[in-house]
Amino acid sequence: MSEGFNIDIVNPEKSFLSKENVSEVVVPAYEGEMGILKDHIPIISFLKPGIIKVISGSEEHNFYVEDGIVEFKDNTLSILTSSIFDIKNANKKHISDEIQEAEKELNKDDLNDQKRFLLNHKVEILKSISIN
Amino acid sequence: MASLDDLKKRISSVKSTQKITKAMKMVAAAKLRRAQESAERGRPYSEKMNNIILNLSSGVSDKENAPKLLSGTGDDKVHLCVVLTADRGLCGGFNSNIIKKAKSYFQKISDTGKTLKIITVGSKGYDQLKRLYQDKIIENISFKESKNANYFDADKVGKIIIEKFENNEFDVCTIFYNQFKNVITQIPQEQQIIPLKTEEKDNKSSEDNYEFEPDEDEILGNLLPKNISTQIFKAMLENSASEQGSRMSAMDNATRNAGEMVDKLTIEYNRSRQAAITKELIEIISGAESL
Repeated sequence: MSEGFNIDIVNPEKSFLSKENVSEVVVPAYEGEMGILKDHIPIISFLKPGIIKVISGSEEHNFYVEDGIVEFKDNTLSILTSSIFDIKNANKKHISDEIQEAEKELNKDDLNDQKRFLLNHKVEILKSISIN
Repeated sequence: MASLDDLKKRISSVKSTQKITKAMKMVAAAKLRRAQESAERGRPYSEKMNNIILNLSSGVSDKENAPKLLSGTGDDKVHLCVVLTADRGLCGGFNSNIIKKAKSYFQKISDTGKTLKIITVGSKGYDQLKRLYQDKIIENISFKESKNANYFDADKVGKIIIEKFENNEFDVCTIFYNQFKNVITQIPQEQQIIPLKTEEKDNKSSEDNYEFEPDEDEILGNLLPKNISTQIFKAMLENSASEQGSRMSAMDNATRNAGEMVDKLTIEYNRSRQAAITKELIEIISGAESL
């Protein structure tokens, strides 16, 4: 028996990442960060803007996601997302564009609280990425 | 019989047509490979999405309060048809096959006295449908600027559909597109996306008790609109692969036909050239004889 589980990250255009034997994944789930280990019970949840951390052995990979769905079942973690990028090769310009866009959105009056919260959160995360 | 000069002109014109169709075939072949790859790469996403929805919807206990996108409005009066076609012609029966399929569906709808609304995606479909169904077409979307099918465009179409649904503008939504089987075969498809048709499957997977965070309803409510966009995106990917495949085989045929025509014309040209020579010879000989 292997120690880990499988992870599949797909976006509409292609399969983004497929990896076996991952020991831990931390996802920014809707109601807070959620760490997933092997033999987690089946779960379906949403993602909010945040960082997915994929840990396999001593390696650690970080990805930024904006939204998506996670499903864990039979030791396979599937993440469906339409916007994801690897933080390592992130484009500074792209990030600052995103921040600006989100801030512009924040200035609109017709936002409900939930949306405002998500946008604030997004800006926060993106800023923390661009500093590093 | 046409004069030698005319024949010569026709041969050269057919030859240049052949050059064009050959070039178009090459371009289509190159594009086809890319389109096919992206169609294949896009499949996991829509499959996974489908699976999750199936698992979720089989878990929904009271159908009464299920989201409307899943269970429908309870009515069956207004049908919205989204017809996805290409923006360019010269691709064999690609566009007309979808239109034919759609038209037979439209006929069925109007025969049963239901209201029909049409959204066309892609300008060729609009061109073909506007003569007969001008008053039924409520929206015409075209993505001429985008090179490849991308999710962003699909999402736009999805949002339009959902907005109309929320305004109670229709009860049932069906999309029409070509499914890519291989280069020579594309199958026109009709697929109902609202209310979502969930095939009754064996209850194997519904036995897994999923944990939901937040609750089921909220997840479904969020997921279903996404699924609409995903299905449209899938249709667009299949469509673009089909379009290129269809264009490739159409252009291949055209090139071959042009080749045959050149051969036939060349034979005719040679014959009439020889006939002219023979005629001239006879004239000279008979002229010499009469002297």
